[in-house]
Amino acid sequence: MNGIVQTLLDPFQYQFFVKGLVAAVLAGALCGLIGVFITLRGMSYIGHGLSHAIFGGYAAAPLLGVPIILGAGLWGLASALAINAVTRRHRIGADAAIGVVTTASFALGVALLTKFGNKGPAFDSLLFGSINGVALADLWLLAGVFVGTVVVFTVLYRQLLFSTFDPEVARVSGVNVGLMDTILMVVLSMSILATLSIIGVTLVAATLVIPPVIARMITDSFARMLWLATVIGLACGAVGMYLSYQLEIPSGTTIVLTNAAVFLVVLLVKGARGLRSTAGMDEHTDASVTSFEVPAVRA
Amino acid sequence: MTSVSATPPLVDVSHVSFGYGGPAVLADVSCTVVPGQFTGIVGPSGSGKTTLLKLLLGTQKPQHGAVRRASGVAVSYVPQLETVNWNFPVTVEDCVLMSRKARSWNPRPSRAERAEVAEVLERLGIADLTHRHIRELSGGQQQRMFLARALVRRPQLLLLDEPTSGVDVQTRHEVLHLLDDLNRDGLAIVLTTHDLNGMAAHLPHLIALRQRIIASGPPEDVIVPGVVEQVFGARMEILQHLGMPVVVDSMEDDPARRMSAS
Repeated sequence: MNGIVQTLLDPFQYQFFVKGLVAAVLAGALCGLIGVFITLRGMSYIGHGLSHAIFGGYAAAPLLGVPIILGAGLWGLASALAINAVTRRHRIGADAAIGVVTTASFALGVALLTKFGNKGPAFDSLLFGSINGVALADLWLLAGVFVGTVVVFTVLYRQLLFSTFDPEVARVSGVNVGLMDTILMVVLSMSILATLSIIGVTLVAATLVIPPVIARMITDSFARMLWLATVIGLACGAVGMYLSYQLEIPSGTTIVLTNAAVFLVVLLVKGARGLRSTAGMDEHTDASVTSFEVPAVRA
Repeated sequence: MTSVSATPPLVDVSHVSFGYGGPAVLADVSCTVVPGQFTGIVGPSGSGKTTLLKLLLGTQKPQHGAVRRASGVAVSYVPQLETVNWNFPVTVEDCVLMSRKARSWNPRPSRAERAEVAEVLERLGIADLTHRHIRELSGGQQQRMFLARALVRRPQLLLLDEPTSGVDVQTRHEVLHLLDDLNRDGLAIVLTTHDLNGMAAHLPHLIALRQRIIASGPPEDVIVPGVVEQVFGARMEILQHLGMPVVVDSMEDDPARRMSAS
Protein backbone atom coordinates (compact mmCIF):
# COMPACT_ATOMS: atom_id res chain seq x y z
CA MET A 1 0.00 0.00 0.00
CA ASN A 2 2.71 2.39 1.03
CA GLY A 3 4.51 1.51 -2.16
CA ILE A 4 1.60 2.56 -4.34
CA VAL A 5 1.16 5.86 -2.52
CA GLN A 6 4.88 6.35 -2.79
CA THR A 7 4.76 5.80 -6.54
CA LEU A 8 1.80 8.17 -6.90
CA LEU A 9 3.45 10.90 -4.89
CA ASP A 10 6.87 10.25 -6.33
CA PRO A 11 6.76 12.89 -9.09
CA PHE A 12 5.97 15.65 -6.62
CA GLN A 13 9.47 15.59 -5.25
CA TYR A 14 10.78 16.88 -8.58
CA GLN A 15 10.63 20.59 -9.02
CA PHE A 16 10.26 20.35 -12.79
CA PHE A 17 7.12 18.24 -12.34
CA VAL A 18 5.54 20.63 -9.85
CA LYS A 19 6.26 23.53 -12.18
CA GLY A 20 4.82 21.58 -15.11
CA LEU A 21 1.74 20.72 -13.08
CA VAL A 22 1.12 24.32 -12.07
CA ALA A 23 1.63 25.37 -15.69
CA ALA A 24 -0.79 22.71 -16.96
CA VAL A 25 -3.43 23.71 -14.41
CA LEU A 26 -3.17 27.37 -15.36
CA ALA A 27 -3.05 26.61 -19.09
CA GLY A 28 -6.05 24.28 -18.91
CA ALA A 29 -8.10 26.74 -16.89
CA LEU A 30 -7.17 29.65 -19.16
CA CYS A 31 -8.02 27.78 -22.38
CA GLY A 32 -11.29 26.50 -20.91
CA LEU A 33 -12.32 29.98 -19.83
CA ILE A 34 -11.54 31.81 -23.04
CA GLY A 35 -12.78 28.82 -25.05
CA VAL A 36 -16.35 29.60 -23.97
CA PHE A 37 -16.30 32.79 -26.05
CA ILE A 38 -14.28 31.17 -28.80
CA THR A 39 -16.70 28.27 -29.33
CA LEU A 40 -19.86 30.37 -28.97
CA ARG A 41 -18.52 32.82 -31.54
CA GLY A 42 -17.50 30.08 -33.96
CA MET A 43 -13.86 31.08 -33.67
CA SER A 44 -12.42 27.59 -33.04
CA TYR A 45 -10.72 27.58 -36.39
CA ILE A 46 -9.19 30.98 -35.65
CA GLY A 47 -7.73 29.57 -32.42
CA HIS A 48 -6.30 26.64 -34.33
CA GLY A 49 -4.83 28.92 -36.99
CA LEU A 50 -3.46 31.38 -34.49
CA SER A 51 -1.46 28.73 -32.65
CA HIS A 52 0.18 27.78 -35.95
CA ALA A 53 0.89 31.41 -36.74
CA ILE A 54 2.55 31.97 -33.37
CA PHE A 55 4.80 28.99 -34.06
CA GLY A 56 6.34 31.02 -36.89
CA GLY A 57 7.07 33.79 -34.40
CA TYR A 58 8.70 31.30 -32.03
CA ALA A 59 11.07 30.19 -34.77
CA ALA A 60 11.85 33.60 -36.20
CA ALA A 61 12.35 35.56 -32.98
CA PRO A 62 15.70 34.03 -31.89
CA LEU A 63 17.11 34.40 -35.41
CA LEU A 64 16.26 38.08 -35.34
CA GLY A 65 17.81 38.42 -31.91
CA VAL A 66 14.48 39.24 -30.29
CA PRO A 67 13.44 37.58 -27.01
CA ILE A 68 11.16 34.64 -27.90
CA ILE A 69 8.17 35.72 -25.86
CA LEU A 70 8.34 39.25 -27.24
CA GLY A 71 8.85 38.12 -30.84
CA ALA A 72 6.24 35.38 -30.77
CA GLY A 73 3.90 37.66 -28.86
CA LEU A 74 4.13 40.46 -31.41
CA TRP A 75 3.87 37.93 -34.26
CA GLY A 76 0.78 36.38 -32.68
CA LEU A 77 -0.78 39.74 -31.98
CA ALA A 78 -0.18 40.87 -35.57
CA SER A 79 -1.70 37.63 -36.89
CA ALA A 80 -4.70 37.96 -34.55
CA LEU A 81 -5.41 41.52 -35.63
CA ALA A 82 -4.92 40.62 -39.28
CA ILE A 83 -7.38 37.72 -38.93
CA ASN A 84 -9.78 40.03 -37.11
CA ALA A 85 -9.59 42.57 -39.93
CA VAL A 86 -10.05 39.89 -42.60
CA THR A 87 -13.05 38.26 -40.93
CA ARG A 88 -14.72 41.60 -40.33
CA ARG A 89 -14.15 43.01 -43.77
CA HIS A 90 -14.71 40.11 -46.09
CA ARG A 91 -17.52 37.71 -45.55
CA ILE A 92 -16.42 35.24 -48.16
CA GLY A 93 -12.95 33.79 -48.10
CA ALA A 94 -12.22 34.57 -44.45
CA ASP A 95 -11.59 30.87 -43.75
CA ALA A 96 -9.30 30.61 -46.75
CA ALA A 97 -7.43 33.79 -45.78
CA ILE A 98 -6.90 32.49 -42.25
CA GLY A 99 -5.73 29.17 -43.67
CA VAL A 100 -3.22 30.86 -45.95
CA VAL A 101 -1.79 33.32 -43.42
CA THR A 102 -1.49 30.94 -40.50
CA THR A 103 -0.25 27.83 -42.31
CA ALA A 104 2.26 29.93 -44.24
CA SER A 105 3.48 31.28 -40.92
CA PHE A 106 3.71 27.73 -39.58
CA ALA A 107 5.60 26.56 -42.67
CA LEU A 108 8.00 29.48 -42.33
CA GLY A 109 8.60 28.44 -38.74
CA VAL A 110 9.38 24.87 -39.75
CA ALA A 111 11.69 26.07 -42.53
CA LEU A 112 13.59 28.44 -40.24
CA LEU A 113 13.99 25.84 -37.49
CA THR A 114 15.20 23.21 -39.95
CA LYS A 115 17.64 25.51 -41.69
CA PHE A 116 19.06 27.46 -38.78
CA GLY A 117 18.47 25.10 -35.93
CA ASN A 118 16.47 25.88 -32.91
CA LYS A 119 17.54 28.22 -30.19
CA GLY A 120 14.30 28.27 -28.25
CA PRO A 121 12.17 25.43 -26.91
CA ALA A 122 12.56 22.04 -28.58
CA PHE A 123 10.78 21.48 -31.88
CA ASP A 124 8.53 18.60 -30.84
CA SER A 125 7.70 20.16 -27.49
CA LEU A 126 6.38 23.19 -29.37
CA LEU A 127 4.22 20.92 -31.49
CA PHE A 128 2.87 18.59 -28.83
CA GLY A 129 3.64 20.28 -25.54
CA SER A 130 6.21 19.31 -22.94
CA ILE A 131 6.49 18.91 -19.22
CA ASN A 132 10.17 19.75 -19.37
CA GLY A 133 11.70 23.12 -19.30
CA VAL A 134 8.86 25.07 -17.75
CA ALA A 135 10.70 28.08 -16.38
CA LEU A 136 9.52 30.26 -13.55
CA ALA A 137 9.09 33.07 -16.08
CA ASP A 138 6.63 30.90 -18.03
CA LEU A 139 4.56 30.43 -14.89
CA TRP A 140 4.50 34.15 -14.22
CA LEU A 141 3.45 34.81 -17.81
CA LEU A 142 0.66 32.22 -17.56
CA ALA A 143 -0.52 33.55 -14.21
CA GLY A 144 -0.46 37.11 -15.55
CA VAL A 145 -2.45 36.25 -18.67
CA PHE A 146 -4.93 34.23 -16.59
CA VAL A 147 -5.50 37.04 -14.09
CA GLY A 148 -5.71 39.58 -16.92
CA THR A 149 -8.28 37.45 -18.75
CA VAL A 150 -10.41 37.04 -15.63
CA VAL A 151 -10.32 40.80 -15.03
CA VAL A 152 -11.25 41.59 -18.66
CA PHE A 153 -14.08 39.04 -18.66
CA THR A 154 -15.42 40.36 -15.35
CA VAL A 155 -15.31 44.04 -16.19
CA LEU A 156 -16.62 43.65 -19.74
CA TYR A 157 -18.92 40.72 -18.97
CA ARG A 158 -22.14 42.18 -20.32
CA GLN A 159 -20.63 43.81 -23.41
CA LEU A 160 -18.72 40.66 -24.36
CA LEU A 161 -21.80 38.50 -23.84
CA PHE A 162 -24.06 40.87 -25.81
CA SER A 163 -21.66 41.18 -28.72
CA THR A 164 -21.30 37.40 -28.81
CA PHE A 165 -25.03 36.65 -28.68
CA ASP A 166 -26.35 39.40 -30.94
CA PRO A 167 -23.67 41.71 -32.39
CA GLU A 168 -26.05 43.81 -34.45
CA VAL A 169 -28.38 44.74 -31.60
CA ALA A 170 -25.40 45.12 -29.28
CA ARG A 171 -23.95 47.72 -31.63
CA VAL A 172 -27.25 49.60 -31.81
CA SER A 173 -27.45 49.46 -28.01
CA GLY A 174 -24.15 51.28 -27.67
CA VAL A 175 -21.72 48.38 -27.29
CA ASN A 176 -18.44 48.90 -29.16
CA VAL A 177 -18.60 45.50 -30.87
CA GLY A 178 -15.44 46.08 -32.90
CA LEU A 179 -13.51 46.80 -29.72
CA MET A 180 -14.92 43.67 -28.03
CA ASP A 181 -13.86 41.56 -31.04
CA THR A 182 -10.37 43.03 -30.92
CA ILE A 183 -10.05 42.54 -27.15
CA LEU A 184 -11.06 38.89 -27.50
CA MET A 185 -8.52 38.37 -30.27
CA VAL A 186 -5.78 39.93 -28.14
CA VAL A 187 -6.75 37.82 -25.11
CA LEU A 188 -6.85 34.72 -27.32
CA SER A 189 -3.44 35.31 -28.85
CA MET A 190 -1.89 36.06 -25.44
CA SER A 191 -3.43 32.87 -24.04
CA ILE A 192 -2.15 30.74 -26.89
CA LEU A 193 1.28 32.29 -26.56
CA ALA A 194 1.40 31.57 -22.84
CA THR A 195 0.14 27.99 -23.13
CA LEU A 196 1.95 26.96 -26.31
CA SER A 197 4.94 25.23 -24.76
CA ILE A 198 2.74 23.22 -22.37
CA ILE A 199 -0.01 22.12 -24.74
CA GLY A 200 1.65 22.51 -28.12
CA VAL A 201 0.72 24.16 -31.41
CA THR A 202 -1.27 21.29 -32.84
CA LEU A 203 -3.29 20.58 -29.71
CA VAL A 204 -4.19 24.04 -28.37
CA ALA A 205 -7.44 24.14 -30.35
CA ALA A 206 -8.73 21.04 -28.56
CA THR A 207 -8.21 22.55 -25.11
CA LEU A 208 -10.05 25.65 -26.29
CA VAL A 209 -13.02 23.65 -27.58
CA ILE A 210 -13.56 20.54 -25.47
CA PRO A 211 -14.05 22.05 -21.96
CA PRO A 212 -16.65 24.59 -23.17
CA VAL A 213 -18.49 21.87 -25.11
CA ILE A 214 -18.59 19.67 -22.01
CA ALA A 215 -19.75 22.64 -19.92
CA ARG A 216 -22.46 23.44 -22.46
CA MET A 217 -23.73 19.85 -22.21
CA ILE A 218 -24.03 20.26 -18.45
CA THR A 219 -25.57 23.72 -18.17
CA ASP A 220 -27.85 26.18 -19.98
CA SER A 221 -26.44 29.16 -18.07
CA PHE A 222 -23.70 31.28 -19.58
CA ALA A 223 -22.21 32.32 -16.24
CA ARG A 224 -22.10 28.70 -15.05
CA MET A 225 -20.63 27.65 -18.38
CA LEU A 226 -17.75 30.09 -17.83
CA TRP A 227 -16.64 28.68 -14.51
CA LEU A 228 -17.47 25.06 -15.39
CA ALA A 229 -15.30 25.21 -18.52
CA THR A 230 -12.53 26.78 -16.42
CA VAL A 231 -12.72 24.04 -13.78
CA ILE A 232 -12.91 21.25 -16.39
CA GLY A 233 -9.92 22.70 -18.23
CA LEU A 234 -8.02 23.02 -14.96
CA ALA A 235 -8.75 19.45 -13.86
CA CYS A 236 -7.93 17.98 -17.26
CA GLY A 237 -4.70 19.98 -17.28
CA ALA A 238 -3.70 18.53 -13.92
CA VAL A 239 -4.64 14.92 -14.71
CA GLY A 240 -3.14 15.16 -18.19
CA MET A 241 0.16 16.47 -16.87
CA TYR A 242 0.32 13.71 -14.27
CA LEU A 243 -0.34 11.08 -16.93
CA SER A 244 2.27 12.70 -19.15
CA TYR A 245 4.87 12.14 -16.45
CA GLN A 246 3.80 8.59 -15.65
CA LEU A 247 3.36 7.43 -19.26
CA GLU A 248 6.18 9.50 -20.75
CA ILE A 249 3.92 10.93 -23.44
CA PRO A 250 3.98 14.62 -24.50
CA SER A 251 1.82 16.65 -22.11
CA GLY A 252 -0.39 18.23 -24.78
CA THR A 253 -1.40 14.77 -25.92
CA THR A 254 -2.36 13.51 -22.47
CA ILE A 255 -4.21 16.75 -21.61
CA VAL A 256 -6.27 16.54 -24.79
CA LEU A 257 -6.95 12.81 -24.29
CA THR A 258 -8.09 13.50 -20.72
CA ASN A 259 -10.44 16.18 -22.07
CA ALA A 260 -11.77 13.75 -24.66
CA ALA A 261 -12.31 11.06 -22.00
CA VAL A 262 -14.31 13.48 -19.81
CA PHE A 263 -16.32 14.45 -22.89
CA LEU A 264 -17.18 10.80 -23.52
CA VAL A 265 -18.19 10.23 -19.91
CA VAL A 266 -20.46 13.29 -19.88
CA LEU A 267 -21.87 12.23 -23.23
CA LEU A 268 -22.73 8.81 -21.83
CA VAL A 269 -24.30 10.30 -18.71
CA LYS A 270 -26.19 13.08 -20.46
CA GLY A 271 -27.03 11.08 -23.54
CA ALA A 272 -28.04 12.57 -26.85
CA ARG A 273 -29.89 15.38 -25.09
CA GLY A 274 -26.66 16.87 -23.83
CA LEU A 275 -25.11 16.71 -27.24
CA ARG A 276 -28.12 18.39 -28.77
CA SER A 277 -27.60 21.41 -26.56
CA THR A 278 -24.22 21.89 -28.17
CA ALA A 279 -25.63 21.57 -31.68
CA GLY A 280 -25.15 24.77 -33.61
CA MET A 281 -23.35 26.22 -30.62
CA ASP A 282 -21.55 28.70 -32.81
CA GLU A 283 -24.43 29.34 -35.18
CA HIS A 284 -24.98 32.97 -35.87
CA THR A 285 -26.85 32.95 -39.14
CA ASP A 286 -27.69 36.53 -40.01
CA ALA A 287 -26.06 38.08 -37.00
CA SER A 288 -22.60 37.05 -38.15
CA VAL A 289 -23.38 38.29 -41.62
CA THR A 290 -24.32 41.74 -40.43
CA SER A 291 -21.27 41.92 -38.24
CA PHE A 292 -19.22 41.87 -41.39
CA GLU A 293 -21.15 44.62 -43.06
CA VAL A 294 -19.82 47.34 -40.86
CA PRO A 295 -16.61 48.70 -42.33
CA ALA A 296 -13.66 48.00 -40.09
CA VAL A 297 -11.66 50.91 -38.80
CA ARG A 298 -8.75 51.40 -41.11
CA ALA A 299 -5.41 51.23 -39.44
CA MET B 1 -51.07 65.93 -39.87
CA THR B 2 -50.22 69.53 -39.19
CA SER B 3 -49.28 69.01 -35.55
CA VAL B 4 -46.68 66.46 -36.64
CA SER B 5 -44.79 68.85 -38.90
CA ALA B 6 -44.35 71.28 -35.99
CA THR B 7 -42.55 68.66 -33.85
CA PRO B 8 -38.79 68.41 -34.41
CA PRO B 9 -38.10 64.99 -35.97
CA LEU B 10 -36.28 62.18 -34.11
CA VAL B 11 -34.71 61.13 -37.40
CA ASP B 12 -34.63 63.04 -40.65
CA VAL B 13 -33.76 61.18 -43.85
CA SER B 14 -33.15 63.51 -46.73
CA HIS B 15 -32.46 62.54 -50.34
CA VAL B 16 -30.67 59.35 -49.41
CA SER B 17 -29.27 56.93 -51.97
CA PHE B 18 -27.65 53.65 -51.00
CA GLY B 19 -26.22 50.56 -52.70
CA TYR B 20 -24.16 47.55 -51.62
CA GLY B 21 -21.68 48.01 -54.45
CA GLY B 22 -24.18 46.92 -57.12
CA PRO B 23 -27.26 48.74 -58.36
CA ALA B 24 -28.84 51.26 -55.98
CA VAL B 25 -31.01 49.69 -53.28
CA LEU B 26 -32.44 53.06 -52.32
CA ALA B 27 -32.63 56.14 -54.55
CA ASP B 28 -33.47 59.65 -53.40
CA VAL B 29 -35.43 58.58 -50.33
CA SER B 30 -36.65 61.27 -47.95
CA CYS B 31 -38.75 60.76 -44.83
CA THR B 32 -38.93 61.80 -41.20
CA VAL B 33 -39.74 60.08 -37.95
CA VAL B 34 -41.36 62.30 -35.32
CA PRO B 35 -42.23 61.53 -31.68
CA GLY B 36 -45.33 59.37 -31.39
CA GLN B 37 -45.26 58.26 -35.02
CA PHE B 38 -46.22 54.67 -35.94
CA THR B 39 -45.13 53.77 -39.43
CA GLY B 40 -44.94 50.59 -41.45
CA ILE B 41 -42.46 50.40 -44.32
CA VAL B 42 -44.05 48.07 -46.87
CA GLY B 43 -42.55 46.43 -49.90
CA PRO B 44 -41.51 43.02 -51.22
CA SER B 45 -38.15 41.50 -50.29
CA GLY B 46 -35.38 43.37 -52.06
CA SER B 47 -37.35 46.62 -52.06
CA GLY B 48 -34.87 48.25 -49.69
CA LYS B 49 -37.03 48.31 -46.57
CA THR B 50 -34.51 46.63 -44.31
CA THR B 51 -31.82 48.94 -45.68
CA LEU B 52 -33.98 51.97 -44.88
CA LEU B 53 -34.45 50.58 -41.37
CA LYS B 54 -30.67 50.23 -40.99
CA LEU B 55 -30.16 53.80 -42.15
CA LEU B 56 -32.64 54.93 -39.49
CA LEU B 57 -30.73 52.80 -36.98
CA GLY B 58 -27.42 54.24 -38.04
CA THR B 59 -25.77 50.87 -38.75
CA GLN B 60 -25.59 51.82 -42.43
CA LYS B 61 -24.39 55.17 -43.68
CA PRO B 62 -25.92 56.74 -46.80
CA GLN B 63 -23.67 57.17 -49.83
CA HIS B 64 -25.63 60.24 -50.90
CA GLY B 65 -27.90 62.46 -48.88
CA ALA B 66 -28.04 62.63 -45.11
CA VAL B 67 -29.61 60.89 -42.15
CA ARG B 68 -29.81 63.25 -39.20
CA ARG B 69 -30.76 62.02 -35.80
CA ALA B 70 -31.78 64.38 -32.96
CA SER B 71 -29.07 64.28 -30.31
CA GLY B 72 -29.63 62.06 -27.32
CA VAL B 73 -32.44 60.02 -28.87
CA ALA B 74 -32.47 56.46 -27.50
CA VAL B 75 -33.24 54.02 -30.32
CA SER B 76 -33.97 50.34 -29.76
CA TYR B 77 -34.00 47.65 -32.38
CA VAL B 78 -35.88 44.36 -32.62
CA PRO B 79 -34.32 42.15 -35.31
CA GLN B 80 -35.94 39.18 -37.01
CA LEU B 81 -36.13 36.14 -34.76
CA GLU B 82 -33.84 34.00 -36.89
CA THR B 83 -30.90 36.38 -36.55
CA VAL B 84 -29.79 34.85 -33.26
CA ASN B 85 -28.84 31.38 -32.13
CA TRP B 86 -31.67 30.29 -29.84
CA ASN B 87 -29.48 27.54 -28.47
CA PHE B 88 -27.18 30.15 -26.90
CA PRO B 89 -26.80 29.48 -23.16
CA VAL B 90 -28.83 32.37 -21.72
CA THR B 91 -32.12 32.74 -19.89
CA VAL B 92 -34.81 35.28 -20.70
CA GLU B 93 -33.57 37.48 -17.85
CA ASP B 94 -29.94 37.27 -19.04
CA CYS B 95 -30.99 38.24 -22.53
CA VAL B 96 -33.04 41.26 -21.47
CA LEU B 97 -30.31 42.39 -19.06
CA MET B 98 -27.74 42.49 -21.85
CA SER B 99 -29.09 45.73 -23.22
CA ARG B 100 -28.87 47.50 -19.85
CA LYS B 101 -25.55 49.28 -19.70
CA ALA B 102 -23.45 47.82 -16.91
CA ARG B 103 -23.05 50.41 -14.18
CA SER B 104 -20.53 48.56 -12.06
CA TRP B 105 -17.63 46.17 -12.40
CA ASN B 106 -19.68 43.42 -10.89
CA PRO B 107 -21.12 41.23 -13.67
CA ARG B 108 -24.03 40.23 -11.44
CA PRO B 109 -27.17 42.31 -12.00
CA SER B 110 -28.10 44.68 -9.21
CA ARG B 111 -31.43 44.39 -7.42
CA ALA B 112 -32.64 47.54 -9.20
CA GLU B 113 -31.74 46.07 -12.60
CA ARG B 114 -33.57 42.85 -11.85
CA ALA B 115 -36.62 44.83 -10.77
CA GLU B 116 -36.52 46.79 -14.02
CA VAL B 117 -36.35 43.59 -16.06
CA ALA B 118 -39.18 42.06 -14.02
CA GLU B 119 -41.32 45.12 -14.65
CA VAL B 120 -40.84 44.99 -18.42
CA LEU B 121 -41.43 41.23 -18.57
CA GLU B 122 -44.57 41.69 -16.50
CA ARG B 123 -45.82 44.35 -18.89
CA LEU B 124 -45.22 42.05 -21.86
CA GLY B 125 -46.92 39.16 -20.11
CA ILE B 126 -43.92 36.84 -19.92
CA ALA B 127 -42.91 37.34 -16.28
CA ASP B 128 -43.38 33.61 -15.66
CA LEU B 129 -40.64 32.86 -18.20
CA THR B 130 -37.92 34.96 -16.48
CA HIS B 131 -35.61 32.06 -15.67
CA ARG B 132 -36.38 29.89 -18.69
CA HIS B 133 -33.76 29.11 -21.30
CA ILE B 134 -34.54 31.06 -24.49
CA ARG B 135 -34.84 27.85 -26.54
CA GLU B 136 -37.95 26.87 -24.56
CA LEU B 137 -39.96 29.88 -25.76
CA SER B 138 -42.54 29.86 -28.53
CA GLY B 139 -42.14 32.24 -31.47
CA GLY B 140 -44.49 34.76 -29.92
CA GLN B 141 -42.69 34.59 -26.58
CA GLN B 142 -39.33 35.04 -28.30
CA GLN B 143 -40.70 38.14 -30.01
CA ARG B 144 -41.89 39.49 -26.63
CA MET B 145 -38.49 38.82 -25.11
CA PHE B 146 -36.84 40.79 -27.91
CA LEU B 147 -39.33 43.59 -27.26
CA ALA B 148 -38.51 43.46 -23.55
CA ARG B 149 -34.80 43.71 -24.37
CA ALA B 150 -35.54 46.75 -26.54
CA LEU B 151 -37.85 48.43 -24.00
CA VAL B 152 -35.60 48.03 -20.98
CA ARG B 153 -33.42 50.75 -22.54
CA ARG B 154 -36.40 53.13 -22.37
CA PRO B 155 -36.20 54.18 -26.02
CA GLN B 156 -37.98 57.07 -27.71
CA LEU B 157 -37.86 55.26 -31.03
CA LEU B 158 -38.40 51.54 -31.60
CA LEU B 159 -37.42 49.94 -34.91
CA LEU B 160 -38.58 46.42 -35.79
CA ASP B 161 -37.60 44.28 -38.77
CA GLU B 162 -40.51 42.12 -39.95
CA PRO B 163 -41.86 41.56 -36.43
CA THR B 164 -44.62 39.22 -37.57
CA SER B 165 -42.86 37.13 -40.18
CA GLY B 166 -43.08 33.46 -39.33
CA VAL B 167 -45.45 33.82 -36.38
CA ASP B 168 -49.01 32.56 -36.23
CA VAL B 169 -52.13 34.70 -36.51
CA GLN B 170 -52.74 34.81 -32.77
CA THR B 171 -49.18 36.04 -32.11
CA ARG B 172 -49.45 38.60 -34.87
CA HIS B 173 -52.53 40.06 -33.22
CA GLU B 174 -50.83 40.13 -29.85
CA VAL B 175 -47.73 41.84 -31.21
CA LEU B 176 -49.82 44.39 -33.04
CA HIS B 177 -51.83 45.21 -29.91
CA LEU B 178 -48.70 45.43 -27.84
CA LEU B 179 -47.09 47.85 -30.28
CA ASP B 180 -50.27 49.90 -30.39
CA ASP B 181 -50.25 50.18 -26.58
CA LEU B 182 -46.60 51.25 -26.59
CA ASN B 183 -47.30 53.81 -29.28
CA ARG B 184 -50.17 55.23 -27.24
CA ASP B 185 -47.68 55.78 -24.42
CA GLY B 186 -45.71 58.03 -26.76
CA LEU B 187 -43.15 55.63 -28.24
CA ALA B 188 -42.37 56.25 -31.91
CA ILE B 189 -42.38 52.98 -33.86
CA VAL B 190 -41.14 52.13 -37.34
CA LEU B 191 -41.38 48.58 -38.61
CA THR B 192 -40.94 46.79 -41.92
CA THR B 193 -43.46 44.33 -43.26
CA HIS B 194 -44.43 42.64 -46.48
CA ASP B 195 -47.75 41.57 -44.98
CA LEU B 196 -50.29 44.06 -46.33
CA ASN B 197 -53.45 42.52 -44.89
CA GLY B 198 -52.24 41.14 -41.58
CA MET B 199 -50.03 44.06 -40.62
CA ALA B 200 -49.88 47.13 -42.84
CA ALA B 201 -53.63 47.71 -43.11
CA HIS B 202 -53.83 48.02 -39.31
CA LEU B 203 -51.14 50.68 -38.95
CA PRO B 204 -51.86 54.42 -38.87
CA HIS B 205 -49.15 55.39 -41.38
CA LEU B 206 -47.37 53.58 -44.21
CA ILE B 207 -44.44 54.12 -46.53
CA ALA B 208 -44.62 52.05 -49.70
CA LEU B 209 -41.08 51.42 -50.84
CA ARG B 210 -39.50 50.01 -53.93
CA GLN B 211 -36.09 51.59 -54.27
CA ARG B 212 -37.95 54.91 -54.04
CA ILE B 213 -40.84 55.96 -51.88
CA ILE B 214 -43.82 55.20 -54.09
CA ALA B 215 -46.39 56.54 -51.65
CA SER B 216 -46.79 57.44 -48.00
CA GLY B 217 -49.74 58.20 -45.80
CA PRO B 218 -52.58 56.34 -44.08
CA PRO B 219 -53.40 52.81 -45.39
CA GLU B 220 -56.40 53.99 -47.38
CA ASP B 221 -54.09 56.23 -49.41
CA VAL B 222 -51.26 53.74 -49.78
CA ILE B 223 -53.01 50.39 -50.19
CA VAL B 224 -54.57 51.34 -53.50
CA PRO B 225 -54.26 49.42 -56.80
CA GLY B 226 -51.81 51.78 -58.51
CA VAL B 227 -49.36 51.88 -55.59
CA VAL B 228 -49.58 48.19 -54.69
CA GLU B 229 -48.98 47.09 -58.28
CA GLN B 230 -46.02 49.41 -58.63
CA VAL B 231 -44.47 48.23 -55.35
CA PHE B 232 -45.11 44.51 -55.65
CA GLY B 233 -44.92 44.33 -59.42
CA ALA B 234 -48.01 42.15 -59.65
CA ARG B 235 -51.64 42.83 -60.31
CA MET B 236 -53.68 42.85 -57.15
CA GLU B 237 -57.25 43.67 -56.33
CA ILE B 238 -58.14 45.80 -53.34
CA LEU B 239 -61.41 45.11 -51.56
CA GLN B 240 -62.88 46.98 -48.63
CA HIS B 241 -63.71 45.06 -45.50
CA LEU B 242 -64.85 46.70 -42.23
CA GLY B 243 -63.44 49.98 -43.44
CA MET B 244 -59.99 48.52 -44.13
CA PRO B 245 -58.39 47.73 -47.47
CA VAL B 246 -57.87 44.03 -48.17
CA VAL B 247 -55.48 42.97 -50.92
CA VAL B 248 -56.19 39.85 -52.97
CA ASP B 249 -54.02 38.40 -55.69
CA SER B 250 -55.42 39.05 -59.09
CA MET B 251 -55.73 35.53 -60.43
CA GLU B 252 -56.08 36.35 -64.13
CA ASP B 253 -52.48 35.67 -65.10
CA ASP B 254 -51.71 33.12 -62.44
CA PRO B 255 -50.41 29.93 -64.09
CA ALA B 256 -51.07 27.94 -60.90
CA ARG B 257 -54.73 28.75 -61.19
CA ARG B 258 -54.81 27.70 -64.82
CA MET B 259 -53.14 24.45 -63.87
CA SER B 260 -55.60 23.65 -61.12
CA ALA B 261 -58.47 24.58 -63.39
CA SER B 262 -57.42 22.24 -66.15
